[in-house]
Amino acid sequence: MTREEIIEKGTVVAKKPDLLNDVPMHYCPGCSHGVVHKLVAEVIQEMGMTEKTIAISPVGCAVFAYKYIDVDWQEAAHGRAPALATAAKRLWPDRLVFTYQGDGDLACIGTAETIHALNRAENITIIFINNAIYGMTGGQMAPTTLLGMKTATCPYGREVSLHGYPLKITEIAATLDGTCYVTRQSVHTVAAINRAKKAIRKAFEYSMQGRGSNLVEIVSTCNSGWKMSPEKANKWMEENMFKFYQLGDLKDTGAAK
Amino acid sequence: MADQEITLMKGNEAIAHAAIRCGCDGYFGYPITPQSEVLETLAAEKPWETTGMVVLQAESEVASINMVYGGAATGKRVMTSSSSPGVSLMQEGISYMAGAELPALIVNVMRGGPGLGTIQPSQSDYFQACKGGGHGDYHLIVLAPASVQEMADFVDLAFELAFRYRNPAMIMADGAIGQMMEKVVLPPFKPRRTEEEIIRECPWATTGRVGMRKPNIITSLELRSEEMEVINLRIQAKYREIEEKEVRYEEFMLDDAEYAIVAFGSAARIAKKSIEIARAQGLKVGLLRPITLWPFPSREVARLSQKVKGILSLEINAGQMVEDIMLAAGGNAPVRHFGRLGGIIPDPDEVVEALRNMF
Repeated sequence: MTREEIIEKGTVVAKKPDLLNDVPMHYCPGCSHGVVHKLVAEVIQEMGMTEKTIAISPVGCAVFAYKYIDVDWQEAAHGRAPALATAAKRLWPDRLVFTYQGDGDLACIGTAETIHALNRAENITIIFINNAIYGMTGGQMAPTTLLGMKTATCPYGREVSLHGYPLKITEIAATLDGTCYVTRQSVHTVAAINRAKKAIRKAFEYSMQGRGSNLVEIVSTCNSGWKMSPEKANKWMEENMFKFYQLGDLKDTGAAK
Repeated sequence: MADQEITLMKGNEAIAHAAIRCGCDGYFGYPITPQSEVLETLAAEKPWETTGMVVLQAESEVASINMVYGGAATGKRVMTSSSSPGVSLMQEGISYMAGAELPALIVNVMRGGPGLGTIQPSQSDYFQACKGGGHGDYHLIVLAPASVQEMADFVDLAFELAFRYRNPAMIMADGAIGQMMEKVVLPPFKPRRTEEEIIRECPWATTGRVGMRKPNIITSLELRSEEMEVINLRIQAKYREIEEKEVRYEEFMLDDAEYAIVAFGSAARIAKKSIEIARAQGLKVGLLRPITLWPFPSREVARLSQKVKGILSLEINAGQMVEDIMLAAGGNAPVRHFGRLGGIIPDPDEVVEALRNMF
């Protein structure tokens, strides 16, 4: 039996979305970015928004997101993606405009741009990958690094007296009048992936309905930065990250309307 | 002509009115003295109700310039304005725009520095505007208006040049030109380009993959050195073309001049008065006024250096453009600088005195 015959007879349960380019990804094996990219590509395609999407990539591991998801992309300076998205959406109101940012980009150097774009109720979505570490630059401390967690710039563990507390920027976002939908998801199990996809879809739909700004945080692993196997990283995330960054919707005013 | 209506307004107001009239799609700015009237005028005029122009007060100059990046990347005519300390904050975004080859307009109504400095006029951002300012090898196209009329006229010109070369352009005025009121004939109304026109005229822009064309990527990033060098060489070739084609300047009483003043913006206006005084005293002085500071009128300065006994660079700074004049003059004639600092505007008489003392 040939490969084609097997595929023809079987039922397709999973498939690479057309919008995900067939190129090798630079992400480390076990990294959450690949899964989230797939979800974003699927949602854009399923919403029929390929011709109307303007995406903004960050500085960080996802800097090359434009190589993988086959839509128009602008590559922003570190932390400034929400400012780019603000202008793109205001100038092209019928476009789907979203940013894809990591914790260092969004919650540290770009905190002002993040908070103000969200609070201006820009009709955009921010996809926020929180893996509590700077992946691209080699595993330094992030604003979201947990207390006690070891990184290249807090090699003895993050401690309050030296480094202050990890920042729950998503909780801050939920307090802003400009945000419509604020949620925290993960992609470490099939069920979690399905929930994350629904969240991304909801955020994109709210953006297009003009209901205000939307923030989808994905608590993620960085097994290279954390120096763990993918499996161990998932377990560590469940045991440590989820305790501090609790999963679920923090705000959904779109549903009430 | 009926539409040649003469109005009286500030330079900053002229920028705002000209932006609305020349089909500008978006303005993103942050208040700072002495240019806040640009944003204030736009807010009062409400162009979003007439031309559809977007006007937004950003949370910082850093955000403003990145909004300009985001808007320019979609092929729209977008701009910001600020004054010296704010323009310093914008340097990151300006470098990224030069790298990503995005057309946009940045207006700098200069005040004295360094640091918070003063809110009085200055021309001390010449180096920043003309020599890069941010990181990397790049240039802005820099226009220096010397009147409220030129403030109005240069908005459309700057956009035209920016889009012709896919490069950010700057109008570099100073607090005096921004704040003073003069007669001005505003440019005629030109409609904003439609989305279809933008998609056709800017095939590189991130407008969404209309018609399922190949995706457009706006970025300044290329990790492979050999590719990055090719990109840099292409950008440099573009700069050489701009230097060849876009030099603009004004000559004033140079035909019989024995001495030349080179000055831009407010300083050029003072120079004209100084020339009048000097000539009444029998000293034959003329003026070369660079209108484009980059590209700099080097050839014109070189020519001048072969026929005059001396060149005075009159600047409201400690001596910045004088370096470009010296390079262009190549030792053919002595080149001196005179300027006042800290927000003081030179007096025409002290310029004449400087001329007499220096040569």
